[in-house]
Amino acid sequence: MTLLTEKRAPRPQPETRKIRGKVHLREHLMGWLFVGPFGVVFLAFLIAPLAYALYLSLFQKKLIGGTSFVLFDNYVKAFTDPSFLSGAWFVIRFSLVSIPLQIVIALALALILDSVTTLFARFSRLMIFLPYAIPTVIGAVMWGFLYSRGFGPLTDIFGLFGATAPDFLGSDLIFYGLLNVVTWQWAGYYMIILYAALQGVDPTLYEAARMDGAGRWQIATRIKIPLIAPALILILVFSLIGTLQFFNEPQILRYLAAGTIGSDFTPNMYAYQQAFSLANFNYGSAISFALGGIVFICVYAFLFFTRKRRSFL
Amino acid sequence: MADHTSVRAGARRPQRYLPIQILLGFLVIYFLVPFWWVIVNSSKDAPGLFGGGNTLWFTDQIDYLGNLRQLFTYDGGIYLRWILNSTLYAIAGGVGATVLAVMAGYGFAKYRFAARRFSFAVVLGALMVPATALVIPTFIMFSRLGLTNTVWAVILPSLLNPFGVYLMHVYARDAVPDELLDAARVDGAGELRTFFQIALPLMRPAVVTVLLLSAVASWNNYFLPLAMLSDNRLFPVTVGLGLWQGIASANNAGTTSLWSLIILGSLVSVLPLIIAFFSLQRHWRGGLSVGGLR
Repeated sequence: MTLLTEKRAPRPQPETRKIRGKVHLREHLMGWLFVGPFGVVFLAFLIAPLAYALYLSLFQKKLIGGTSFVLFDNYVKAFTDPSFLSGAWFVIRFSLVSIPLQIVIALALALILDSVTTLFARFSRLMIFLPYAIPTVIGAVMWGFLYSRGFGPLTDIFGLFGATAPDFLGSDLIFYGLLNVVTWQWAGYYMIILYAALQGVDPTLYEAARMDGAGRWQIATRIKIPLIAPALILILVFSLIGTLQFFNEPQILRYLAAGTIGSDFTPNMYAYQQAFSLANFNYGSAISFALGGIVFICVYAFLFFTRKRRSFL
Repeated sequence: MADHTSVRAGARRPQRYLPIQILLGFLVIYFLVPFWWVIVNSSKDAPGLFGGGNTLWFTDQIDYLGNLRQLFTYDGGIYLRWILNSTLYAIAGGVGATVLAVMAGYGFAKYRFAARRFSFAVVLGALMVPATALVIPTFIMFSRLGLTNTVWAVILPSLLNPFGVYLMHVYARDAVPDELLDAARVDGAGELRTFFQIALPLMRPAVVTVLLLSAVASWNNYFLPLAMLSDNRLFPVTVGLGLWQGIASANNAGTTSLWSLIILGSLVSVLPLIIAFFSLQRHWRGGLSVGGLR
C-alpha cells in the first residue's frame, strides 16, 4: 500500500512563528479531536475484532480437556481441509473470470456513454446502473426465480426451439449462473465510476488529438483509458475484495439449488457454518482470519505490481 | 459534471450512432429483465404463478392490491417491521458513519498532528480488510457484552467506513483551500466554527456521496445481521426475505402463497433505494469521481 504523499510544502506562517509551540499543540489537539471519534470506532470494530480473531484462532476446543492453546494448528488444519481449499479455489477461479469480465463490460459501456450523448444513452446509463440500488440478496432472489424451472421463462423460451433449458442452478452451470448475477449487479456501478472519471477529463485533450489525426479508437485507448487508470485500479481492488469474500449470492441460491451449493461452497460460507451451525468459533475465526490474510496479500500484491506508487489506487 | 456534457454536445453536432444505440437497447433489456419478471409476477395469485402460463407476461388476474394486503398482514405484519428495521439501520448506520468519516477526513487533511501519517496509513490498510472477516469475532465480542440480538449489534459495526474517510480526505484536501481556513482563523473564527461554516459547505458533494454509499451498504447488508440477530422481529428486509426463501424452498407444498409474498416483497423492498438514487442523482454523481480520479 502506498500513501497519499504529502507534496505540499509546510505552510509558511510568518505571523505566528513566535508562538509556534502553542500553535503546534493546538493543531495536535484539534487534529485528534476531529479524527478521534472515528479512531474509537476503528479500534473497537476493526482492530479489536482482528486481534480477537487472531487470539481465538490459536486455541482449540475439545470435547475432553476443554480449550487448549494449539498455536497454528487451526491454520494447518484449514490449509489441509478439503472444504476450505475447494472453497478458496472456487473464489479464486471465480475472481479470475468475473473481475475481467465485469471491468471490460463496464469500461466499454463507460466509453460508449461518454461519447454518445443522446437522450436514450442517458436513459441507458441509469437503467444499467439500477441493479446497484438492489441489495445483493434481492438480486440473487430475483435471478433465482428466473433460473428456476417452475417459475422462470427459460423452459418456455428454450421450448420454442425444441431445446431443453439449461439449468443454471445445477452443478455444471452454477458457476455461470453466479457469474451472471454478479455481473448484472456490479457492472453498472463500475461503469458509473469510470464514467464519472471520464467526465472529469479535459475535453480539449480530445480536440488536440483529433487535430493530430487520432481516430476515435486511438483517443479511447491512448488518451481516455490511461487517464482513468486510477479509477480502473480502484474498481479492480474493490471487486477483488468483494469476490474473495463471496457469500450473499451463493447463500441465497443455496435454497433453490439444493445439493449444488454446499455449506462449504466459499470460504466465507464455510466460516459461517463452522461458527454458527457448529459453534466452532475457534476454527471459524481461523478461517476468517486466513481469508482476510489472503485478501490482504492478493490486494497488496496487485497494488505492488501495478506500481501506482504515488497515489493510493 | 453536467457542464462538460452540455459543452461537448453543443460543440459537435449530436451524432446518432444507430448500431451502438441498438446494442445499448439490448443491454437495457438485459438489465431490466429481473425487474420486469418481478413486476409481472407480483401481480399474480398462487394459481397464476404455478399455472404454467407465460412467466414473462400478466395473467387475466391482476391483483396487486390483494397481494399487497397479504404481504403487509402476513404473520402480524412482520414485513413492514423488516422494512422499518432496514430503514433504521440504514439511517443510523449511514448518518453515523458519514459524520465520523467527514470529521476524520477533514482532520487528516487539514491538521498536522502527531502520528497523522501513521494513522492514515493504518486506515488505508484497513480498506483491504474484508468486512465479513470481522463479523465472527465481532459477534463473539458482542455476545460477551450481551449486545447480540439487539439493534446495536447491527448499527455499531456499520459506523466503520474507512473508504468514506479516504474519500473525504481526498476531497477536503483538494476542495478546501488552506488559505480560506487561515483567513477565517485570522478573523477570529474558532476551529469548530471554521469547520461548520467554511469547510463543510465546500465538502457537500462528497458528504452526500459518502452518506449515500454508507446508507446503501447498511441497507444491503446481509452477513452481519444474519450472524447477529436471531429474533426475526429485528431482521432487516434482506435477512427476512432470505428467511422466507429458505422456508418456501424447504417445504414446497403448502407454501405457495409464501412464494408470491417473496416476489412482491422483493419488489417493494427495492423501491426506496431506487427512489433515493434517482432523486439524489445530481448530488452523488459529482462525488463519485473523487475516489477514482486521484
